[in-house]
Amino acid sequence: MLSTDRQHALMDGLRAVAPMLPGVVPFGMMAGIAAIEAGMGPLAGFAMSVIVFAGASQLIMAQLWGDGALPLVILFTALLINLRMVMYSTSLAPYFGGLSFRGRSIIAYLLTDQAYALSITRFYGASRTDGSQENSLRWRFDYYVGIALTLWVVWLFATLAGIWLGANIPASWQVGFALPLVFLVLLVPVVRDRPSIVAALVGGSVAVLAHEAPYQMGLTIGGIAGIIAGVMAESLLEKREATAE
Amino acid sequence: MSTLTLWVLILLAGAGTFLMRLSGIQLFGDRQMPAALKKPLRFVPAAVISAIVLPAIVYGGPEPGFHAENVRLYAGLIAAVVAWTSRSVLATLGAGMVSLWLLQWLFQVFGVSA
Repeated sequence: MLSTDRQHALMDGLRAVAPMLPGVVPFGMMAGIAAIEAGMGPLAGFAMSVIVFAGASQLIMAQLWGDGALPLVILFTALLINLRMVMYSTSLAPYFGGLSFRGRSIIAYLLTDQAYALSITRFYGASRTDGSQENSLRWRFDYYVGIALTLWVVWLFATLAGIWLGANIPASWQVGFALPLVFLVLLVPVVRDRPSIVAALVGGSVAVLAHEAPYQMGLTIGGIAGIIAGVMAESLLEKREATAE
Repeated sequence: MSTLTLWVLILLAGAGTFLMRLSGIQLFGDRQMPAALKKPLRFVPAAVISAIVLPAIVYGGPEPGFHAENVRLYAGLIAAVVAWTSRSVLATLGAGMVSLWLLQWLFQVFGVSA
């Protein structure tokens, strides 16, 4: 049995991720439906959700498989789309360094856009509050698992629903809109000074401009552009302050 | 294509994705991160979250793009104001979804797009 402190941390994570779930479900169902439509079969379709566990790349893999693309091309494309995981993992490293390899593997396997965005914003906020229990490695791990494991369970059930029911939520409901709305709230605390505002503006604009980029690379291209812009803005501001003194 | 090819593909994609997910934590978990890497990392959340949100709002709906019939643009703007002022997920979800449904309904009833 987990201690009450650990249960609290897990529940904190669960509460944080709950509003995201309505947006995740249709996405997971799409992953299931796409695998079936591509002729992968129910077992491989479900296995993809367990083994790859990354929505955008699963959708692309299904589509390319259905199109009869070369397996090597499918593999390369899927990995390219998931390249952003390197950014997320590196960004989380300072908060999870103390973990054993097993602990790190659990964090890594469960890493998603949502888990990253929810946890990094909370960790960052806590790191600016001295003495908070939220600065312990244990707390961070439990909070993260509360988020990421919930997403994992929901993702697998949603894939199953997509595979077996082939159900279609009426398109007019537009439940998929819930996902960007939740990300919008997460954006507010991380946009905290002028360089990070520049990073967000450039990152978002470039991603919009690059939305037709092949292999759904717009997110990665936008992210990298935003990061470069943020670094440049920061050094420009530092230079200006230095000359003003 | 063969079932074996499909399973090998899924396993390799899973292994590669796992290694990318582990890479940063494993490489920089124990040692001090070089300053040249620390600086850009500060901007990862702002840049990436924004790069997820904006295209999803602009191009995610049934009327994608920058034009008057794309109700997601208005609903997204309303939600952005609510997010900025309230910082509440539920308030933002409520404001965004309700304004999206309302606008969609208004556009249908009054045929603004026609």
